[in-house]
Amino acid sequence: MDAELERILLKVQKPARYTGGEYNQIIKDKAEVDLRMAFCFPDTYEIGMSNLGLQILYGAINARPGMWCERCFAPWGDMEEEMRRAHIPLYALESGDPLTEFDALGFSLGYEMAYTSVLNMLDLAGIPVRSADRKSLTPLIFAGGTSCVNPEPMADFLDLCAIGEGEELDVEILELLRRAKREDWDKPRFLRAAARIPGVYVPSLYEPAYNGDGTLKCVARREDAPERVTKRIIEDMDSAFYPTKAIVPSTEIVHDRVVLELFRGCVRGCRFCQAGFVYRPVRRHSVDFLLEKARAALESSGYEEITLSSLSTSDFKGLPELTDGLLEWCEPRKISLSLPSLRADNFSMSLMERVQKVRKSGLTFAPEAGSQRLRDVINKNVTEEALLNSCRIAFEGGWNTLKLYFMLGLPTETDEDVLAIARLAEQVLHTWREHAANKSRGVKITVSTSMFVPKPHTPFQWEAQVGVEEYLRRVRLLRDAINSRSIVYNWHEPHVSLIEAALSRGDRRMGAVIEEVWKNGGRLDSWTDYFSMERWLDAFRASGLDPDFYAARERGADELFPWDLIDVGVSRRYLARERAEAYAGRVTPDCRVKCMGCGANCLLKRGGCDE
Amino acid sequence: MNRILFTKTGRAVFISHLDLMRTMQRAFIRAGVRIGHTEGFNPHPYMNFALPLSLGVESRCELMEFKLEEETALSALPARLNGVLPEGIEVLEAYASNTKFKYIKWLDIEAHLFYYNEVQPAAELAAFFARPELVMEKRTKRQTASVDIKPLIASLTVEDVSPGEALLTARLSAQEPSLSPAQLLEAVRQLAPALAPGHVRTRRLEVFDKDMNIFR
Repeated sequence: MDAELERILLKVQKPARYTGGEYNQIIKDKAEVDLRMAFCFPDTYEIGMSNLGLQILYGAINARPGMWCERCFAPWGDMEEEMRRAHIPLYALESGDPLTEFDALGFSLGYEMAYTSVLNMLDLAGIPVRSADRKSLTPLIFAGGTSCVNPEPMADFLDLCAIGEGEELDVEILELLRRAKREDWDKPRFLRAAARIPGVYVPSLYEPAYNGDGTLKCVARREDAPERVTKRIIEDMDSAFYPTKAIVPSTEIVHDRVVLELFRGCVRGCRFCQAGFVYRPVRRHSVDFLLEKARAALESSGYEEITLSSLSTSDFKGLPELTDGLLEWCEPRKISLSLPSLRADNFSMSLMERVQKVRKSGLTFAPEAGSQRLRDVINKNVTEEALLNSCRIAFEGGWNTLKLYFMLGLPTETDEDVLAIARLAEQVLHTWREHAANKSRGVKITVSTSMFVPKPHTPFQWEAQVGVEEYLRRVRLLRDAINSRSIVYNWHEPHVSLIEAALSRGDRRMGAVIEEVWKNGGRLDSWTDYFSMERWLDAFRASGLDPDFYAARERGADELFPWDLIDVGVSRRYLARERAEAYAGRVTPDCRVKCMGCGANCLLKRGGCDE
Repeated sequence: MNRILFTKTGRAVFISHLDLMRTMQRAFIRAGVRIGHTEGFNPHPYMNFALPLSLGVESRCELMEFKLEEETALSALPARLNGVLPEGIEVLEAYASNTKFKYIKWLDIEAHLFYYNEVQPAAELAAFFARPELVMEKRTKRQTASVDIKPLIASLTVEDVSPGEALLTARLSAQEPSLSPAQLLEAVRQLAPALAPGHVRTRRLEVFDKDMNIFR
């Protein structure tokens, strides 16, 4: 290790984040490698190492002969300061080599507030942030992840975007880059060739034009670029790469356990939920596959906890067999099994009781809205009766802390709906009084609200966000309506949600704002330690843009959206129909009850969706 | 009690004491060696480290004791564990012992001292440590106390390695009371600031009992 780096590592917090050397990291002989990629995660090590996507793509790329994929994370502020002072460029953890020595840097964009960190990481590596300022073929700067379903806000900085699931796509991009290197192509030639790979979006081949009112007029494209880029999916889950030799961090991370991915996509169709639409269609692993991989992952990691992960775990067919099989193996080995994201229905609760015999940690439900009317509008098919029944089972089973998550500012929300949150919390408290196993220990019900963020590729992509003032008024309304000392109300600060809303539905002009924020010191913006609303508002002003134009404006039914050139499978027509159903207060059944023709099945080459 | 002797070098020196416990626990599971748990309401794996190692310090003489759930050949343990430990942690020996960690009295260390200018400080440092007493301000969690660290140094030598770099080797009191290498250099900083190095790389070499026999 470099002596200077060693010296600064002794001065910063949690230096193990910056050293690499963990068990199961992959080291290759550089002499046998002709393509080097750094998987760059624009957030801290603890967050990034908890990301299943990282572990999957790291394994999938390293499984290719001659390719070496390493990792790089955003340093915390103290480390960044020391690195800049000592002129240590950002480096990858496995080899310690600076990022400039790599052929490709692939950024994982899971949420909009990470955008400024991408720029900061490039700068820390000594790489120009704008794609147009990088003339040479390598390092190629690309990105993938959920936020890329609207790649436009980051278009100025990225050479290309990988849309959809990356196990196959990323490898195809890297194979092409390997060929381009060997045959000495220049960057424009490579990008034109890359644009022909299904799922690749090359921003520089497209040029947006705007109307006088600021809306998008049209997007001109080079003749060899596809009109729309269709997201890639893994069709047969059991034959895709599955990480059973995940890197085991030597320091504590956020999700310090084996994460078992059961399926992708969601059958539910909650109208506010971007993941619920952009990950369609539903594709699942078989139970036998999962049992085998779970055992392998536990044995190779030494973890004593495994969690089942999917958008709506209790919708997994075969869950009883899976949990029985896992418990049979885990219990004698003192390995605990946990189930996140449970629905508040009876089935989930009986499952919960089965798996969490030992520890009774807090229980969380997300009814999202307080009234049945509004839950119907957002298509969150949970009834008050089912919720209260789940609470009853939990209280009878000895749980005495419960969290309830809601959003404020959902389309059509009235004061009546806001007050219904307080009433629902009262009902939950009442249920505890009636059914608690042990009342002497008291109960704590936590109600949390956040400001609704309309997202691209959802039925609410046309909606206006309510705005900070209105959100805070509704917060006060709710706060005043909650009178019990057993009910605690926490509300999330709305400013981040406003910026998130502006970024998520932003167009290419947003790049100037992101760059300005970064130039003024912005990075790690999802952390309250670093987020500054003033910095964002100043940057909007300096760029001549208005955040409310992006966040708080209701779009016309036929307005052209920056993200329309990305095809996630679900059609715009279907989203518009779902929006109309929302306003009519009508629910849409889940895909298994009836196929509503969202369009995502067209992504599958053989057969229909996995129902 | 069963014990392992292991090293902590290279990148592993930045694994904190708390993280090391977790790392060891997982390595034993990966190796298929089941560690015995403590009794009581909240059983946890029984593992105990001799002298917690500061972040950034290398060591060739770390000791950890543990219980085993089932009969396990100790002689095969180093190979089994080394296959599943992160880079920089290497088990040298596994054995049974009747001694207790509290009988560790002395610790051999070496420290590479790096200076920002091309000094040759060995002679002056030797003279400094030869003073009859070395009273420094020692900070504990609660208070600061004046302590003479001289009796806590059994032996100490310094040599110049190259201009700007010196090597200090010492046998220091390991516990009750302890004198860490960091504290030793803090004494230089307090009492002879001109001799204080810019950067130090420290390594633990060996542990001894009160009779100066190697402790295992």
